[in-house]
Amino acid sequence: MAILMEQVFPVESGAYATAGEASTTIKRKLKQLGIDANVLRRVSVASYEVELNLVIHSMGGTLTLQVDPEKVTLISQDVGPGIPDIDKAMTEGYSTANEEARTLGFGAGMGLPNMRRNATEFDIQSQVGVGTTIMMSFALKG
Amino acid sequence: MTIRDVMNIVEGKVLYGEELLDNPVDTACGSDLMSDVLAFVKDKTVLITGLINTHVVRTAEMLDITCIVFSRGKQPNEEILEMAEEAGIAVLSTKMTTYTACGELYMRGLPGTKEKTK
Repeated sequence: MAILMEQVFPVESGAYATAGEASTTIKRKLKQLGIDANVLRRVSVASYEVELNLVIHSMGGTLTLQVDPEKVTLISQDVGPGIPDIDKAMTEGYSTANEEARTLGFGAGMGLPNMRRNATEFDIQSQVGVGTTIMMSFALKG
Repeated sequence: MTIRDVMNIVEGKVLYGEELLDNPVDTACGSDLMSDVLAFVKDKTVLITGLINTHVVRTAEMLDITCIVFSRGKQPNEEILEMAEEAGIAVLSTKMTTYTACGELYMRGLPGTKEKTK
């Protein structure tokens, strides 16, 4: 399917003050495209969760937005440290977030399950020492 | 219920959004844990929280939350108010605790948000 829009947002490790800026930009761009409000909210929640994960857990990475006529796709790619046990990471309530993230109101172990719940398709690949890639797509039509 | 009704019930002060006070509010959510707030459907929702930082506004914007009420008389800083203005989210401050503010609103018929189902 022809990609109508693609944009890559770099996300810095530990940048708590600016965390969420990419998701805010993504939300505003998609709103301009006139995407259904319900789909837009699901994309926004998943985008914010995955961006926070990059800030809290990764050594840095990128968040990529792609839009085609049928779906919105978000791809998060980082350069490590990788997730040793994905099943455990996908469990609600399991978290390895640090104190700083918790002080801000995050790190409750809800992020990955919440992404999976909001996305139409969700895929996570991770290798310790290499990095993690999360692909989420959101169908534009029911 | 409107944001103005919420303001009257929690005896709140408007910190931003005088022009938004007549917008409708259908549900409410009281939490200091943004992770939990993100896990619930929010449409025309008011968020009551004792947590004060810019991520409260970002979380609210992602979810289309229409109004944030800071409890226990806490005062957000300029940065937080500017972000709320940019996002078009009304900001109130109440002297009530989160529990009391939620209770007053619930008693007057404002229901809680429901857990998200796909």
